[in-house]
Amino acid sequence: MTFLVRTKQKISQFLRAFFRKRSSRIGIYGPPNAGKTTLANRIVRDWIGDAVGPVSEVPHETRRVRRKENITISGVNGHSITIDIVDTPGVTTKIDYNEFMEYGLEKDEAVKRAREATEGVAEAMHWLREDIDGVIYMLDATQDPFMQVNIMMVGIIESRQLPVIIVANKIDLPDASANRIKSAFPQHPVIPISGLEGDNVETLYEKMTDYFR
Amino acid sequence: MIQGVQIDLISAERLDKLTAMEKIRLILDDVMEGNIVVLEKGLAPDEQSRLIEVTMREIKPDGFSGIEMETYPVKDAPGFFGRLFGGRRAETRLTVIGPANQLKMIIKDKDLIRAWVSSR
Repeated sequence: MTFLVRTKQKISQFLRAFFRKRSSRIGIYGPPNAGKTTLANRIVRDWIGDAVGPVSEVPHETRRVRRKENITISGVNGHSITIDIVDTPGVTTKIDYNEFMEYGLEKDEAVKRAREATEGVAEAMHWLREDIDGVIYMLDATQDPFMQVNIMMVGIIESRQLPVIIVANKIDLPDASANRIKSAFPQHPVIPISGLEGDNVETLYEKMTDYFR
Repeated sequence: MIQGVQIDLISAERLDKLTAMEKIRLILDDVMEGNIVVLEKGLAPDEQSRLIEVTMREIKPDGFSGIEMETYPVKDAPGFFGRLFGGRRAETRLTVIGPANQLKMIIKDKDLIRAWVSSR
């Protein structure tokens, strides 16, 4: 079965690449605070010396989809790809402004942040349906990967037959377990990294050049 | 009158007759009234994607704060042709959806979902 799925993916990737002139748009998706913008910043800084957006420990710091175009990534395997990196707001099924007030935000600011966050999640889902060619699904390796939102999102990505790399982020933290993530999603490649420290990002780049071609 | 939380168990037959947006409206209208919805058969991935999007548009400060949702893992489509053409597009399974501020999942296992529900 794996062989058939892989073959189908390869054919669809080939057809997409053959008929498309533009760069592939690779969306970085995942729950809030998984480190999506930290990774997006690292990729963009490593390859074009720029940044995508600010990061924060308060959830939903990223509330708009942001795209950086024409980033050429090379792997040690000699392959290279030119892609657009699309950083997205953390996907969730619930947003309560009271959660932001626990981080010290005033009510007005928290309500505004919640409203922008809901718009951002809706926007991210729209992009996934219409404009994304491949996905890096970010997970915080210290958290439970079996959360319903992760199961749902990976199912949605699979149903669209998009190539997906799962990133087990924050492996520099003591409670991190990339194996827990591998057992949750055995059908996809899982790359353990620390987006903050830069640990193992070379392996991710190499996998991206293979997987998103 | 009995006090408590209303639980609506919706059959697969009833869901099958509805379009994607009709299903989403049925679920969200029910959940926004403070009810728990149990679907005999879950939503397709594309419907789940739209459910997240529409849920986000319904969230209001000091009002509806979103949904809590749990479902059993999907089963792969049976048979050779199912696997060939469907991949992991599969049998969706029993799904519980409720207001995020009233429904809390306690245990989720491959064959058990245990939830706690509070009244508004």
